[in-house]
Amino acid sequence: MSVVTKYVLFGIDDNTLQAGARRVEEEFKRELKNAGLDDEIKVVETGSMGIIQKGVVILVEPDDIYYTEVTIDDVKEIVNEHLLKGRPVQRLKFDGKVDKSVVSFRESAQEIKKQNRVVLSNSGVIDPENIEEYIAVNGYEALAKAVTEKKPEDIVEEIKESGLRGRGGAGFPTGLKWSFTAPLDKKPKYLVCNADEGEPGTFKDRLIMEGDPHKLIEGMAIAAYAIGAEKGYIYIRGEYKLSIERTEKAIEDARKYGILGENIFGSGFDFDIEIKIGAGAYVCGEETALLNSLEGGRGNPRVKPPFPGQVGLWDQPTVVNNVETLANVPSIILNGHDWYREMGTEDSKGTKVYTILGHVNNPGLIEVEMGTTLRDIIYKYAGGVKGNFKCALVGGAAGAFIGKEMLDVKMDYDHLGKYKAVLGSGAILVMNQTACIVDMLKNTLAFFKHESCGKCTPCRIGNVHLYNMLDDITKAKGKEEYINNMLTLAESMQQSSLCALGQSAYLVIESATRYFEDEILEHIERKVCPQNVCEMK
Amino acid sequence: MKKEEILYKYEKRKDNVLYILHEFQDLNPYNYVTDDDMQLIADYIGIPYSKVYGTASFYSMISEKPRGKHIIRLCDSPPCHLMGSIDILDVIKEELKIEVGETTPDMIFTLEKTACLGVCGVAPVMMIDDEVYGNLTPKKVRKILTEYKEGTK
Repeated sequence: MSVVTKYVLFGIDDNTLQAGARRVEEEFKRELKNAGLDDEIKVVETGSMGIIQKGVVILVEPDDIYYTEVTIDDVKEIVNEHLLKGRPVQRLKFDGKVDKSVVSFRESAQEIKKQNRVVLSNSGVIDPENIEEYIAVNGYEALAKAVTEKKPEDIVEEIKESGLRGRGGAGFPTGLKWSFTAPLDKKPKYLVCNADEGEPGTFKDRLIMEGDPHKLIEGMAIAAYAIGAEKGYIYIRGEYKLSIERTEKAIEDARKYGILGENIFGSGFDFDIEIKIGAGAYVCGEETALLNSLEGGRGNPRVKPPFPGQVGLWDQPTVVNNVETLANVPSIILNGHDWYREMGTEDSKGTKVYTILGHVNNPGLIEVEMGTTLRDIIYKYAGGVKGNFKCALVGGAAGAFIGKEMLDVKMDYDHLGKYKAVLGSGAILVMNQTACIVDMLKNTLAFFKHESCGKCTPCRIGNVHLYNMLDDITKAKGKEEYINNMLTLAESMQQSSLCALGQSAYLVIESATRYFEDEILEHIERKVCPQNVCEMK
Repeated sequence: MKKEEILYKYEKRKDNVLYILHEFQDLNPYNYVTDDDMQLIADYIGIPYSKVYGTASFYSMISEKPRGKHIIRLCDSPPCHLMGSIDILDVIKEELKIEVGETTPDMIFTLEKTACLGVCGVAPVMMIDDEVYGNLTPKKVRKILTEYKEGTK
């Protein structure tokens, strides 16, 4: 029997697949065989390594060397030089190839290791398609502990104590949500995982499902045990092919191992999961719209109350949680709420996964403690801004602009709330001096206008009017009263819309006008777009 | 009788409507569901036609109008917009001589805008059928479209 001395990990996600990761991997296996190394060096597919826009990414362990933008032609060199002779290929190393920001990249490589990973602890480390690898890193231990040693009410209490809050955007305390449903006698109850990730710039849930689907399944099983549900659904958007594939396989494997199904771990607890696939509607990320869609109808939101916790899927008590929220659960049960509470700020515990995009040197995915400042996220983890920082759109389209003045605000639910901003889904879109705020605002409103489901009037008509005013401004037909009109209209939409979609326009418009009123006025009064982006005719 | 075979795979439950619609659409060479399809589903499940139509017309991935052989979905949500998706849109319009929502007369391409595809790491992005193309530049888009036109893709 041979001993494995090295692992070559391939970060597989949509980005690297597109760069040809699978072809490179095949070539790698071939070359290893040619070199007679295939017994002692193992090629492993894993989830995203958090390095994005850098082509095919591989990691050689235990040497701890990342290679980026690897092509088929490079494979022979890596095998011969690094794996055979022990001399890493300098030109492909993660910290060696970047033209002008070598320093920031080297820091970034170290920062990746410094990240305090809870949700993404296995992503990029284990093979997501192999349940045994998940079990080897204490996988399903939390579930076993929960169902054999603890009562459902203990689990609810533990999650309450941990301070975990919903990661889908609204930040509602998870334990509290469960506590509304757990004591109800009405059966059956359902657990629904919201994986309809549609917020522009957000793909954290996709990478969790691609990188560590078993963690989500374990989190769901624990949640179901806590609330007394025997059936779970994962609602995944139709565009996420790889997520669907990997989660499907993980569910099948879990069934084979007796982790899903009847009498889990001999405890008498039954639970199974079914995947449902969406068909392209942003509003279905709203929990009641999602339930309507699960039932096979139009994805219109419902009037609340009653809340899904009491009257949900097919009018039965239903808890709807986001992917990231559920992926936090196993670690909390395993390590206890005290461990979890050590991370984060007073009101926001634990870590948060961010996707950071736009004009930064190193766009990608990071998981850091709650309360990390925007400055640290941009400059420490994302390699700094290309050009000069102008602002960031935080929380996706349903978020708010954050200006220079707020770079040092702690990023968590309450601190951002004080400044009329939101954490939302955790998307951070960084803009430099070339971005025009009116253009970005118009683009955001075009999105809302298109995605409004049309059920309630403020959202359906309000977004059209907001868009039209912005369109006028970009065509040099803007009027001075528009700024005030937009604010008044958006505020009344915030107060009267049925769901978060219609309520969201206010934050983005309010923040844009607060930081960049002058720039908008340039468009209106002088009929000039300072960034030369808008048509102005 | 392929359509019946699809129907019989599913239980007669309303929550299967969307799945059957997806399968019927994939079966159609013009990538859409017909009135007859929707009536068939309604009769099978035992719900009114209007309910099926309501579901079909709500979701952007289901079309009630004939579409081209290849469906181009260009993302123009904020991250892609910031990275220049409008320039890419202009190139596609110019190359195919159609507007958003239209199909080329030879029924090869339909151009649609899509909500965020979640591959913003490589913005700007478009999807042709099931294939994602990122880091788009006008030159790259022209090359991709040519490959589809010549049938090499």
